[in-house]
Amino acid sequence: MALLKAGGRWSSSVCDTEVIVVKGPENDVSLTCGGVEMVEAGGDPVSGELDDSGDGTQLGKRYVDEEDTIEVLCTKPGSGSLGVDGKMLELKDAKPLPASD
Amino acid sequence: MLLEMAAGGFGDRVAVGSLDDGLTVKQIFDHSGKAAKRFRDANVENVAMIDITSPALPICLFGASWAGLPFVPLNYRLANQELDVLLERISPSIALMQPETQERISDGSNIKTVNRDDLLASTDSEEMPTDWSMDGEDTAILLFTSGTTGEPKAAVLRQRHLVSYILGSVEFMSASEEEAALISVPPYHIAGIAATLSNLYAGRRVVQLPEFDAKKWIELVRSESITSAMVVPTMLSRIVDHLLSEGTDSEGLPTLRAISYGGGKMPQPTIEAALELLPDTNFVNAYGLTETSSTVALLGPDEHREAFASSDEEVRKRISSVGKPLPSIEVSIRDENGSELPQGEPGEIWVRGEQVSGEYKGVELTLTEDGWFPTNDGGWLDGEGYLFVTGRIDDVIVKGGQNISPGEIEEILLRHPSVSDAAAIGVPDQQWGEKIVAAVVIHTDLEVDQEELKTSVKNVLRSNRTPDEVVFLDELPYNETGKLLRRVLKEDLIKMGDGSTV
Repeated sequence: MALLKAGGRWSSSVCDTEVIVVKGPENDVSLTCGGVEMVEAGGDPVSGELDDSGDGTQLGKRYVDEEDTIEVLCTKPGSGSLGVDGKMLELKDAKPLPASD
Repeated sequence: MLLEMAAGGFGDRVAVGSLDDGLTVKQIFDHSGKAAKRFRDANVENVAMIDITSPALPICLFGASWAGLPFVPLNYRLANQELDVLLERISPSIALMQPETQERISDGSNIKTVNRDDLLASTDSEEMPTDWSMDGEDTAILLFTSGTTGEPKAAVLRQRHLVSYILGSVEFMSASEEEAALISVPPYHIAGIAATLSNLYAGRRVVQLPEFDAKKWIELVRSESITSAMVVPTMLSRIVDHLLSEGTDSEGLPTLRAISYGGGKMPQPTIEAALELLPDTNFVNAYGLTETSSTVALLGPDEHREAFASSDEEVRKRISSVGKPLPSIEVSIRDENGSELPQGEPGEIWVRGEQVSGEYKGVELTLTEDGWFPTNDGGWLDGEGYLFVTGRIDDVIVKGGQNISPGEIEEILLRHPSVSDAAAIGVPDQQWGEKIVAAVVIHTDLEVDQEELKTSVKNVLRSNRTPDEVVFLDELPYNETGKLLRRVLKEDLIKMGDGSTV
């Protein structure tokens, strides 16, 4: 369990996935990838077995929970799928703004 | 991080330059890694750039970030002595500059330099550092603000501000492969930095025009099949003039899908002429400041068209607004004591969001405890949440105790068919504290007298807004990024008022 702060970077313990937190909830949660807890970038991975039954993560895509309290952005793709407190995160529909610069 | 993602996602796309000989994202990545090593080995605190825009810009920008050093683009047009002062403030540093620039620096021997060729040279044997500096608190950019009053301040933008801006406003790889953006703002302008970052992250090729010229700009749009471009108001007005001068034979700008503009108030006649001349181009008005990592509010293409076509005065007026705040940004209008004003009331624009820095080097943080940044821009919100910017609060004219925003007077003067440019300035006056002097530039071959212009303002605004004097000038003073130098103009007007004739 950990507090996901906006701007925080997390890596998967069992695949190549890396994410950055765009929006975090106020309470501590358990962020997983491939079914295993993710660790803060640069930290030691925890041991566990990769569950790669999901779609995995895609570079540059945003993932959110149903309640819209969490949003992470995939900065490196991998074969594990993201989850929070046991529930899978979903791919967010992008609504791009018009380019301003 | 942004570059690393781009290199992983679409490394083979051309990032900067022409399709046949430009640099790919992967090449920018490799050059930036080598630059990072060079910067680290130089044992400096800052990476400066005193040069026109070129492919060396992204390499310098990303290389500095990679090395964990601030990137400091300086205005290469500054006088030698001014450059010396700024370089002194960021010493020790390594600077990207060409040999001819180096000769201008008095302490040239003491500053480590690289030139464009150094950064673009392919040195395959050189090692790449594998460790990115990844601290969000690292200073990414130090930008000296144009310093219209006193010594220039160095605005600090940290990695977390820029990353928040990009993640909040751009979707990764959202551009298709044939898209290309033309950048004609210089590297020392926040828009030049923001455009470099956001186009790379979107996967959009960038074509750079080092020194703006309307004819060259139009030629590049045509030869490079440019799909989007960012311009400041003076650029757009020159582009419009040039297109008009091509007459009915003009082939137009068929590839150009979008123009965004910002960096100063757009005269309404200019934008209306542009909308008419380029009916297939989307227009986006972006409002932002250096201290807010560029754009905080946008008026989108549909809103432009709706306003342009509407017969409802309320809706039509929105073409001169800067649109609505980005989803990641809050806007609040405050009075002098920092209390929020009711909707519709003019006051100071305050903004809040992850991309907002409000920090200057060596100066106390200007953010309030709860994260609001007072912009020093005046403005108001309409009933639908559209933000109108009236100008710098320092520019407000105080006449007989009344606050008068120069913008509304200028807007009316500019609508007069004979007027090509206009500025309303508060000039010290014994009776009123300040009086309103309108400095006006007239189109060649056209004529208008003082009284007619005064009447045109009197017909629309309250009588205390009527200019006390109208002064005709050949041109108004601008800096090279199109910002009206009000302070210079004010001094000129005061001198003229001292009895000399105009």
